[in-house]
Amino acid sequence: MAKPTQTPATVASPDPVPPRRRRMKDLRKQPGFDTIAWICLFLLYAPIAVLIIFSFNDNRSVVKWTEFSLRWYKAAFENEGIRKATLISLQVAAVSTIFATIFATMAALATTRVRAFKGQTLAYAVINQPLMVPEIVTAVSTLAFFGIIKQATGINGIGFLMLAHTVFCIPFAYMPIRARLEDMNLSLEQAAADLYATPIQVFRKVTLPLMAPGIVAGGMLAFVVSLDDVIITLLVAGPGETTLPVYILGQIRRGITPEINAVSTVLLGLSVVLVSIFFLIGNNKRT
Amino acid sequence: MATQSATAQPNAHHQMAATTHEVMIHAEGVTKTFGQGSSQITALDNVTVDIRKNEFFTLLGPSGCGKTTLLRLIAGFDLPDAGQILLDGQEIGHLPPYKRPVNTVFQSYALFPHMSVARNIGFGLEMQGRPKSEIKNATEEMLALVQMEHLAGRRTDQLSGGQQQRVALARALAPRPKVLLLDEPLSALDLKLRKEMQIELKRLQGETGITFVFVTHDQEEALTMSDRIAVMQAGRILQVGGPKEIYNNPARRFVADFIGDINILDGELDAKGERVILPGGVSIGALLPEGAARTGHVSVAIRPENMNLTAADAPEAALTGRVTNIVYFGAGHNVHVALEGGGEVLVRRAQTDAQIGAHVGLSVPDAVQVLVD
Ligand SMILES: Nc1ncnc2c1ncn2[C@@H]1O[C@H](COP(=O)(O)OP(=O)(O)O)[C@@H](O)[C@H]1O
Ligand SMILES: [Mg+2]
Repeated sequence: MAKPTQTPATVASPDPVPPRRRRMKDLRKQPGFDTIAWICLFLLYAPIAVLIIFSFNDNRSVVKWTEFSLRWYKAAFENEGIRKATLISLQVAAVSTIFATIFATMAALATTRVRAFKGQTLAYAVINQPLMVPEIVTAVSTLAFFGIIKQATGINGIGFLMLAHTVFCIPFAYMPIRARLEDMNLSLEQAAADLYATPIQVFRKVTLPLMAPGIVAGGMLAFVVSLDDVIITLLVAGPGETTLPVYILGQIRRGITPEINAVSTVLLGLSVVLVSIFFLIGNNKRT
Repeated sequence: MATQSATAQPNAHHQMAATTHEVMIHAEGVTKTFGQGSSQITALDNVTVDIRKNEFFTLLGPSGCGKTTLLRLIAGFDLPDAGQILLDGQEIGHLPPYKRPVNTVFQSYALFPHMSVARNIGFGLEMQGRPKSEIKNATEEMLALVQMEHLAGRRTDQLSGGQQQRVALARALAPRPKVLLLDEPLSALDLKLRKEMQIELKRLQGETGITFVFVTHDQEEALTMSDRIAVMQAGRILQVGGPKEIYNNPARRFVADFIGDINILDGELDAKGERVILPGGVSIGALLPEGAARTGHVSVAIRPENMNLTAADAPEAALTGRVTNIVYFGAGHNVHVALEGGGEVLVRRAQTDAQIGAHVGLSVPDAVQVLVD
């Protein structure tokens, strides 16, 4: 008995082809899609449009348009209360952004640049805790906790507010940094180690420069989140630590003024710029 | 481990120098498993192999047979569960990658996207703390070696696949490692470029005198480029030898099957174990590899191009049969012959005047390879 065997001259790579994604039915073709989309967009942006338009109104009224003017921006800029609140907001946001970004970077490295470990999911949950617990709960518990510390030590000051902001900013800074690291091929770091780079050199020469866009993006997100926060700040802030959103809230109790519209528009503009940069960086990372 | 290497090192070096081939990498009983319990995979199973200085050594085997794992153990990205790896007589099993004088060309190239071509190439020397002038000279030399001088300032993401390949090669060669590891470096290139790079790699190996350990699942590539080939299957090395030896004298059924087309026939060894009797009763010389049966029933392997068609009643016809099909493939013809006693063999001839349905005889070589299953 004889048996011939034939193998092709070149053995093709047996690596499996990744399964094709199932094509989704086009949602846009569904009836009523356009109508619903326009209603949603209108509800989202109409109030903002009103805010912006009336911030340029040359009149005390916030419902009746008369003439274009920048007088409310001037008034807001000259308002001592707004100036002080802005300064405090920027201080708190800057300090908490720096620390939150540092901690988030370390957390992202510790959860992506190690072997899979037991409790990894738990670690994600712990880091992202501020996103999941209702903010009012965090605010009340932080208030109580800081109260105990303040009483025991006699220490007061804006540092507590900055600490609180740092904590809830960490998950926002963490997410883009981790996404960036997960996107980064581990073989680049292996290649560096293969080329005689010590672990510290690998980090300085390869990991850090490549993850920098993620860090910048995370930092910007943290900055915006800190700048916009009301609930925790309202409860935790001590006397004289009024941030801009909290100040605006206080003023609004006495009625909406075009001055507040103007400040809100500026705050909105700043957020939009930072978030846009965040998305631009995010989209660039695939190149 | 430490004491062992300290004492073994100087002696081992002198002994090796005395033999004709100096050993660069000596792997002894290397075992590596992944996972635990029922899902445990033995990626390398007690692998022992010597890779010589200044040779082009290829690990050949199907996907998943452990080629990459062996390279990663040599590079230091993973540690073996058992066994040891000696580099130039020195135990390196415990050293981290950055302390091993071994560089890798990654399948994905793994070029640093935030550095220019020149800085990529100089990276290894920079990390070794070499003086600036030396880095500059070496980088220029490497750029010339891979013919990339005109692209020194480019970013690596502005290069074609073939150019990235050359940069990856230059970067790994620049620090003049003792061993260059290449993990399927050509698999991402199209056929024409791949053929070019095969020749290029062989040239670079010759010019630099560095030991190359090359991984591929492509048997043709392995035969073309290698000084010696190790054929792997399921975490084991089945046979090590030169391309001609691997091709003409496969010791194992898997090796014979994996490389090219081959006819495997049943045979019976004679009492002395020197000759093998084929199904038709003709006896021919037996080439017995280590570990093969010395008597009784065996399998023998004959390449299609080592058989010839004769008249059915010719004296040199060891087997007879009927032509069932003739397939023209450009460089020659594959003639399929159904044997008298059952079964089919393939005969490869540049020219043939055989007709389908004709009765033919088949001549075989004076001696044939006996296989170990
Ligand atoms: N990090 C890992 N974890 C688990 N299994 C692995 C790992 N690396 C390799 N393996 C397994 O080990 C075997 C050998 O893999 P590999 O060395 O990559 O094969 P090759 O390079 O020859 O295709 C395969 O079965 C593979 O699935
Ligand atoms: Mg592989």
